[in-house]
Amino acid sequence: MNTVTITMVKQPQLFLEADLITPDQFAGKSIEAIGAIEISEGKIKYPLASFAKIEGVSGATAAETKIVLNGDLTRVKRIGQQMTAGEIIINSNVDMYTGGWMKGGKITVNGNADSFTGIAMAGGELTINGNCQNHVGSAYRGDWRGMTGGVLRVTGNVGNDIGTFMRGGTIIVGGDAFIHVHTHGEGGTIIVKGNIQARVGGQSVKGDIFVNGKIDFMMPGYKYVEDVEKDVDGVKAVYAHYVGDLGERHPEAKGQKVFTNLYLKK
Amino acid sequence: MTEYIIKNGCVIDPTQGINGQKMDICIKDGKIVDKVSNSAKVIDATGKTVMAGGVDIHSHVAGPKVDAGRLFRPEDKLFKSPNRKSNLRMEMGFSVPSVSKTGYDYARMGYGFVMEAAMPPLEAAHVHEEIRDTPIIDEAAMPVLGNNWFLLEYFKNHEIENAGAYASWILNATRGYALKCVNPGGTEAWGWGLNCITIHDKVPYFDITPAEIVKGLIETNEYLRLPHSIHVHANNLGNPGNYTTTLDTLKLVEGYKANNDFGREQVMHHTHLQFHCYGGDSFKSSSFESKSKEVMDYVNKQKGLTIDTGNVTLDETTTMTADGPFEYHLTHLNHLKWTNVDIELETAAGIVPFIYDPKTYIAGAQWAIGLELPLFAKDKDRCFITTDHPNAGPFWRYPRIYKWLLSANARNDLIKNELKYGDKVLDTTYIGELSDKEISLYELAQMTRSGVAKALGLSNLYGSLKTGMNANVAVYDIDPENLPSDPEQYETAFGNVFAFFKDGVLCIENHDIVNYSMPKKTVWVNSIVPENKQVERDIRDKFLHSYTVDLENYAVQEEHVHNPYAIKVDITE
Repeated sequence: MNTVTITMVKQPQLFLEADLITPDQFAGKSIEAIGAIEISEGKIKYPLASFAKIEGVSGATAAETKIVLNGDLTRVKRIGQQMTAGEIIINSNVDMYTGGWMKGGKITVNGNADSFTGIAMAGGELTINGNCQNHVGSAYRGDWRGMTGGVLRVTGNVGNDIGTFMRGGTIIVGGDAFIHVHTHGEGGTIIVKGNIQARVGGQSVKGDIFVNGKIDFMMPGYKYVEDVEKDVDGVKAVYAHYVGDLGERHPEAKGQKVFTNLYLKK
Repeated sequence: MTEYIIKNGCVIDPTQGINGQKMDICIKDGKIVDKVSNSAKVIDATGKTVMAGGVDIHSHVAGPKVDAGRLFRPEDKLFKSPNRKSNLRMEMGFSVPSVSKTGYDYARMGYGFVMEAAMPPLEAAHVHEEIRDTPIIDEAAMPVLGNNWFLLEYFKNHEIENAGAYASWILNATRGYALKCVNPGGTEAWGWGLNCITIHDKVPYFDITPAEIVKGLIETNEYLRLPHSIHVHANNLGNPGNYTTTLDTLKLVEGYKANNDFGREQVMHHTHLQFHCYGGDSFKSSSFESKSKEVMDYVNKQKGLTIDTGNVTLDETTTMTADGPFEYHLTHLNHLKWTNVDIELETAAGIVPFIYDPKTYIAGAQWAIGLELPLFAKDKDRCFITTDHPNAGPFWRYPRIYKWLLSANARNDLIKNELKYGDKVLDTTYIGELSDKEISLYELAQMTRSGVAKALGLSNLYGSLKTGMNANVAVYDIDPENLPSDPEQYETAFGNVFAFFKDGVLCIENHDIVNYSMPKKTVWVNSIVPENKQVERDIRDKFLHSYTVDLENYAVQEEHVHNPYAIKVDITE
């Protein structure tokens, strides 16, 4: 795998829309051609090279291309958007939409990420070694097709609206979440190892939610069923199993009514 | 004004019986003329088809419902909005395009006139503001009247003169064009949580049936001598087995004759007929079936009718209709988001996104039924192509529908290769029986130009290349003497007009929009009736007691209506 290293040398006055920083765009391009890729600051487009120093060699395909981003990327949005393969390592905090709509490959952020991280993600691995803001792994506004696949891991805390309209894939939060987790869910798994304040699984019809800490205020639409032992992210523990959201429709599969399962660690 | 000559094209104009004859079309001062001077700009149309500008009889392109659809579906724009081209305004949206994209895309298909299909009278100002902001195309809008409290009461008492006076007042107050009727009685019944499924179901409180409403509207329309007939979206839309309701509705025209000075012959236009031709009692392939043949057999022999198709294009789209109960029903079928509004004494509307997925049986069957209608139609001047935009698909898919009609291969390929349940679709519809049937370019021109203009009572303004007509002219990259072997070329050519003139202004040249600033018209009907003190009193009374707005604030003001073009119909003369 070949590596392209991008080091920020100039900070934008506004924010950069860097949806073209992906292995798919870089693959097969020379350093000069990568430097000429246009990124937007507000409504004006600039070549990437006017903000960053670019070194290394790209691979022939996206899968053979690794991008390492250094320097301060706090004002850079949309890194890795719609990427299908390859790897991105970001050694900084980043702005919004990191790994949005990604279909494959791997992104690691060694820092904090802002909102909309992994929005409508369909595959691949997205790891944030830090905290995230809101709408992590959620659907694009208005859309009923949220995250459908892949693994989104945040080691720290997250804000609100996590996994909204989730249909598949896994979100693992190492710390706490604020409110609205798995709202309108239709599949997928969310694991929160810390606490959640409220509104977990509201209007959700299918999927699994694991909470290792406590939920301050449970949704009234969830009913306790039984205690079960579960292996969650490699750790076995006993959980209280709830089903819901009882206020919603309940589709049937194989003659059984389908519910969202909420597992609360005992 | 500049002169133009479109040289050597193959002209297709059903209004003059011209079918592919090589001739020149001359344009001067916005009109089609017999000849122009030597200084005229030449458009070389050798090996190309020349037709009048297209006319769309039914499309939801302006107004509160369309706007709500845009706000309600931000995801409809995501990754689907082309970047702004240097000389154009921003274009956004897939199934509910922005006003700019609406105007541009119609022009790109060579269309010059579009009828906004449903204008809630109370929201007429909003409709006209959006019409103003839609570039290039001329437009008109039909006020929705099938559930209007005034009319329900007049029809109950058989007071057609009063109904006429009220309808005339509404046309003037809303700058409307024709009398639209959506789910007659059913939308009002829904205010009580009910619906009207057959034409004999009573509307609660008003104690009137859909049949009485439709007949009342026909009588009112012919009493007012309006250019267009009543424009009907019948009861029981979209439900399996609904074709009997459709036939019952269509048969209501028996005994009526068109009464107007505009050359219109029908007394009822039934819109998006595809949604109304279903047999069976469920959406399962074991039960659902096409009844298009049964319905078209009646349409073919009944001269008092025109129809449009409402073709399903197999896209993800946004349904929006004044048929409130239907949208509620739909959201329970597909579990997608739903919005709804009740318009006081007049109508209602709902919106639900919908995916016509070729992997499902039902979308394939609906697609087939939509194409059966024009293929079964004997008189192509009475059957028009629409998608009921955006309900069955976006309007800018028309070229794809043309392809499916012009080329049997394109149709059969799709059944074989793209529909997951193609065999079941063949079993339960008539599309297999029609597998070698194709329409001609001349018939296409009837279904998209001459016939539509005639049915709208607008044949002196649109749909023809006769000398003296407004110069709306489209030139397509299709050689009628050497038709394309690859059906895709039909879609490309009809979607990217080579040249398009709107009112004699060169709007598209060599496939690119070069001018979108030409004046566009808002066509409306200025209906004049004898003074009617009773109706004047009724209007004052209803506004005093039931409306949330004051009568003085109700009518559309002059400044809302962009470049109005009034068609005066005076029945007092």
